[in-house]
Order: sequence, then structure tokens, then C-alpha cells
Amino acid sequence: MSKPAKQQSEDEDPSFLRRIFGNQLIWSVVAFLALILVCTLVDHSFLSLSYNPRTGGLAGPLITMIQESARYLMIATGMTLVISTSGIDLSVGSVMAVAGAAAMQMLINGVNVWMAILISLAVGLVLGCINGALVSILGLQPFITTLIMMLAGRGLAKVITNGQNADASGVAGSGPLRWMANGFILGIPANFVIAVIIVCLVGLLMRKTAAGMMIESVGINQEASRMTGIKPRRILFLVYAISGLLAAVAGLFATASVMRVDVVKTGQDLEMYAILAVVIGGTSLLGGKFSLLGSAFGAVIIAMIRKTIITLGIDSAATPAFFAVVVIIICVMQAPKVHNAVAEFKRRRAMRQSAEVVA
Amino acid sequence: MMKKSASRQTGFRLSPRAIPTVAAVVIFLLMLIMGQVLFGTYIRLGFMSSLFMDHAYLVILAVAMTFPILTGGIDLSVGAIVAITGVVGVKLMIAGVPASLVIVIMIAIGAVFGLLAGVLIEEFNMQPFIATLSTMFLARGIASIISTDSLNMPQNNNFSWIGGEGLKIIDNPKISNDLSLNFGVIVALVVVAVSYVILHKTRTGRTIYAIGGSRSSAELMGLPVKRTQYVIYLTSAVLASIASIVYVAGIGSAKNTMGVGWELDAVAAVVIGGTLITGGYGYVLGSVIGALVRSIIDPLTSDFGVPAEAVTIVVGLMILAFVILQRLVTFVRKE
Repeated sequence: MSKPAKQQSEDEDPSFLRRIFGNQLIWSVVAFLALILVCTLVDHSFLSLSYNPRTGGLAGPLITMIQESARYLMIATGMTLVISTSGIDLSVGSVMAVAGAAAMQMLINGVNVWMAILISLAVGLVLGCINGALVSILGLQPFITTLIMMLAGRGLAKVITNGQNADASGVAGSGPLRWMANGFILGIPANFVIAVIIVCLVGLLMRKTAAGMMIESVGINQEASRMTGIKPRRILFLVYAISGLLAAVAGLFATASVMRVDVVKTGQDLEMYAILAVVIGGTSLLGGKFSLLGSAFGAVIIAMIRKTIITLGIDSAATPAFFAVVVIIICVMQAPKVHNAVAEFKRRRAMRQSAEVVA
Repeated sequence: MMKKSASRQTGFRLSPRAIPTVAAVVIFLLMLIMGQVLFGTYIRLGFMSSLFMDHAYLVILAVAMTFPILTGGIDLSVGAIVAITGVVGVKLMIAGVPASLVIVIMIAIGAVFGLLAGVLIEEFNMQPFIATLSTMFLARGIASIISTDSLNMPQNNNFSWIGGEGLKIIDNPKISNDLSLNFGVIVALVVVAVSYVILHKTRTGRTIYAIGGSRSSAELMGLPVKRTQYVIYLTSAVLASIASIVYVAGIGSAKNTMGVGWELDAVAAVVIGGTLITGGYGYVLGSVIGALVRSIIDPLTSDFGVPAEAVTIVVGLMILAFVILQRLVTFVRKE
């Protein structure tokens, strides 16, 4: 009588476990909460929120974290789409710098702020389109194409500002851009709200139309997707263009918060953060499957990790090493070898238990 | 000397895939002639000597990068390995460690990072560029933890001679006509020669080309793919630390930010030199030509009055042109 019951619980148990452990989002949430816990233990006022009537928004460590996460949300979303076509966009950091440099330089030269925003977004879109054209029409490797763009983009940003770090903080009439980076909507940072809206729009575009499925099919097998009537070239062009545009938005967020572009440091290493956010979010680097929600979580976790590093008082120079360790751990955990070892361990334990029951 | 042997080799094969390498040689010569005609300082023994002496490190890095790219992989960590080995090396020298021991330690550090990249790629199925991107961040981060200052080598350090003025082979009254050579150039030449022998004359070299052609075929043929992959990433990391030794000895100091973007310069050199970015085809001597082309861009652009900020755009466009050329050549071949 007890045997069928045992059987049933054994059947149920692994599937339940697998559902919990298989879902990458659970891990993201756990990691996020763990980081908050660590920060709160070190800095007891970490979770405190206060209302700042001067800015009309909430203030506190978490709010600055959310403010910073907006730019990661943008580049991570673009990177997710590119990676799911089994490509990569290493130029996001440089595109950020170019868009930021263009906006700042135009403000200094007295261009209307809305015009400056529009043009710098257009610049990002054009750079994305160039990537897209090289990858889709000429069939170059995404990796090398965007590596070139990363190199050339940095140079372009320097050319735009004549090698200076353009500072537009003294320019009058830049209110809208300032608000975009530092303002608040109903007490929540405006850039975060804008970023979430954009992520939702991209999500709707991907999942409510066939676009998402087409992107995934191109990522699985370009030739096969062509034979089913999808136009892989158009899809590839589209994802790089979107990635360029979103990187320009991120560049505006990053430069407008201080109204200054640092042609060397703006967007530096951010391609790494974007890739990391995507990997944390459970999108395979081999392409063919993506989760925008996961990448969004990943982006917030990146911002949280950076905040943790600051809260713990670790030297900011150590940040790259810290991130590298995180990437290595995540990739090792995703490795088939580790999966097999864990599965083997579970199987053995289950066998031992059933042996005990028999005995 | 290098040029002659490269063109002789391409002459033998007459393969359309050798076109990019030939193009690189032609472009190098054209750049030299153009510089000579316009500015009159290029075809001189002094210029050639300083071109080699100042860019010995780049030649070594280009050779280092050739190994992974031949298999269709990449090693993005070379620049960061230059930084960490340089910072550690100079720190040790300041602490009074003898130069010979410092060199051994620097190479060992490079080897550790190469081994780490190999383990991540082979044991944990990471893509080469993700694995080396993370070792790049790790190396750069550790270098920054050790020191963020510019560290100067102590006087009388028994180390600078590697990159020093060196010996004059042809001593002219005019300095610009001197043919000189330093130990760094000799190291670079030895690295090039050894790599040439490994890639073209040994079983390991043939396996490297086979992996680049098709990894699964190489495995089915029973070639030691896994071991060779370890050898490749170990070699590129060790060569990066040798480049660091040569470079640090030349400038006499080290900083955690040195070597930023050098991985791109090395990739540029390899691609310009005609090695297929997808692997399976290329020459180590082509990479040397590529490194020379890359090195001559700096004096040429500054003589032309191109602002220093725009140099990376020129380099980017140059890589792009060569990648497209490769693409066209492979396309024509397929047809």
C-alpha cells in the first residue's frame, strides 16, 4: 500500500524540484535578495527610503541603484535580441559614448534640446544599421563586425568632441534631458520608468507578433528559417538596428545624469555588463531562445552588484575582477558537464534511497 | 627579410585565399613609398629599426593571436595579461627580486591565465571569446587591485637591457641612417621563427589548422583536439607575457591601464595579414606583415595631420576592408 504512494511522491518530487531549479528567474530573485541582505547587514540604512520634496522623488540607496539600472536595461534588451540570433553586439558601449558625445556637443553648440535628443538617437540607430548591414548583407561575423564598430565608435566619439570631455552642465535649456536622467515620475526615477516602458514595448513587439519567434528561428538555423519563408537578413538587420538605438538611449541616460561625456570612460566595459545581464537572465549564448524578462532582471542585478561593491567599500578598480568571477561561476554552472554531474549525483541518491526502502 | 619569405610562400601556393596576405604586403610597401615620397623619412634604416624596436611587442602579440584565430577562436585577454604581468613584474623588481626570477614569474602568471582560459573553454564548454573576455576582466581587475599607480623600474635593474638602445649594426654619422637592433627585436624574431616551425612543420601545427577547418572532423580523425586547444591558449597567454617583458623593459614602467585595446591591434594585425577570422587558413608571417602595417599607421597618420583621435577609425576601417576582402575571396572560391 505504501509503495504506490512512495512512487508517486518520487515522481512528483524531482519534477517539482526541476521546475524550481530549472527556472532561471527564481535564481535571479534569490541572488537579488541575497545581495540586498548583504548590503543591509553592512549598511543598516540600506533599505531606507525618504521623500525628497526638492526633486519630487524618493531618495535612498535603492533608488540610486534603480536609476543606474536604466542604462543596463536598455543595452541588455538590445543585446538579448542580438544574442538570440546567435550573434553578439560588442559595440554597445562605444555607441553609448557616440550618442552621448553627440548630444553634449550639440547642446554646447546651442542646438535645441529635443533636436539634440532626436539626432543622437538617430546616430545610434545609424551605427546599429551599419552593423546590421555588414552582418546581414555582407555576411560578416557579428563578433568581428561589432568589434570594429567598438574600435571605430570610440574614435568617432573623440572626433565629435575634438578629444575633449564635452561638458554641457552649464548650458541653459537642457531641462528635458536632465529630467530624463535625474527626474522622477510619481516618486520613481524617470529613466527607470522610461526604460521599463521601452522594455515592455519591445516585449510586446516580440511576443505579440511573430517577430520574436522569427528571431529565435534565425538563431537556431539561419538556412532552415530561410526555407520556411522567413527573411533572415531582414531579421538580422532589425536586431542590430534595435540594439544600436537602445544603446543610444542608454548613452543619453549615462551622460545626461552628469551632463558630461567622458569619451574614454562613458560606456566602457558596458558590453560585458550587457552580456552578463543576458546570461544571468537565462538566454543561451548559442542563440535560439530568449527571455526579455530574464535579461531585465539580469540588468537590475548588475546594478545591484555594482551597488554592493560600493556599499562593501571594495575598491572600484576591483570591479572588473569581481564581475569576471561572477561570469565564470555562472557559465560554469550552465556547463553540460556540471549539469551531468549534478544529475548523476541525484540519481545515485535516489537509488540509495530506494535501496534503503527495499532493505 | 620577413616580407620576402612571406611573398615567396604565397607565390608557391597561388591560392586565392593568399590574396589578403599579398594585399597586406603591397599595402605595406605602398605606405612606405607614400611616406617616403611625401615626407622623405620612411625608407631609411633608422626608421625601419625604430619601427621594429618600438613595435616588437606588437609583433609578438600578433603571433600570439594567430594561434587561437587559426582555430576560429580568439584570445581577448592578451592586453590585460600584458598589464598584470607588467605590474607584478615591476612591483617585484622594486622589492628587489632579481631580473631572471622576475621574468620566470611573469611568464608563469601568463601561463596561469592561459590555463584558466583553456579549462573554461574545454572543460566547461564556454565560447572562446566569452572565456577570454572574462579572463581579460579578471587579469585587468587583479592588476588594478595590486596597484593603480604608474610604477617605475628601479635604477640598475638588470632588466632594461632587453628593451634598451641595443647594438648598432651599421653605425652611420647620421643617426637616422643607423641600423640598430635590440634584444626585444631578437626575442620577437625568435618568437616568429619558433611559431612558424610549430605551425607549419609539426603535428601540433597541423592539428591547429585542422581544428580551424572543422573541429568535429578533427575529432573524428582522432587528433588530440582538447590537448591542442590547451596548447593554443597557453601559447597565446605566454607570448602575451613575453610581449609584456619586452614592452616594460622598453618603457621602464608599468601601469594597470597599459595594454588597453591591444587585443584589437593584435586582431587587426592578424586579419590584415590574411588569416581567416573564421579559422583554418592563414600564415604567421602574414601576421608579422599585419603588425608592421598596423605600426606604420601611427607615424603616417600623424604626418598627414590626422588627429590622434581619428586613428582608431582608420584602423577600424582597415580591418573592415580586409575582412570584406576575405569574405569576397572565400565567396569567389565557393562559386
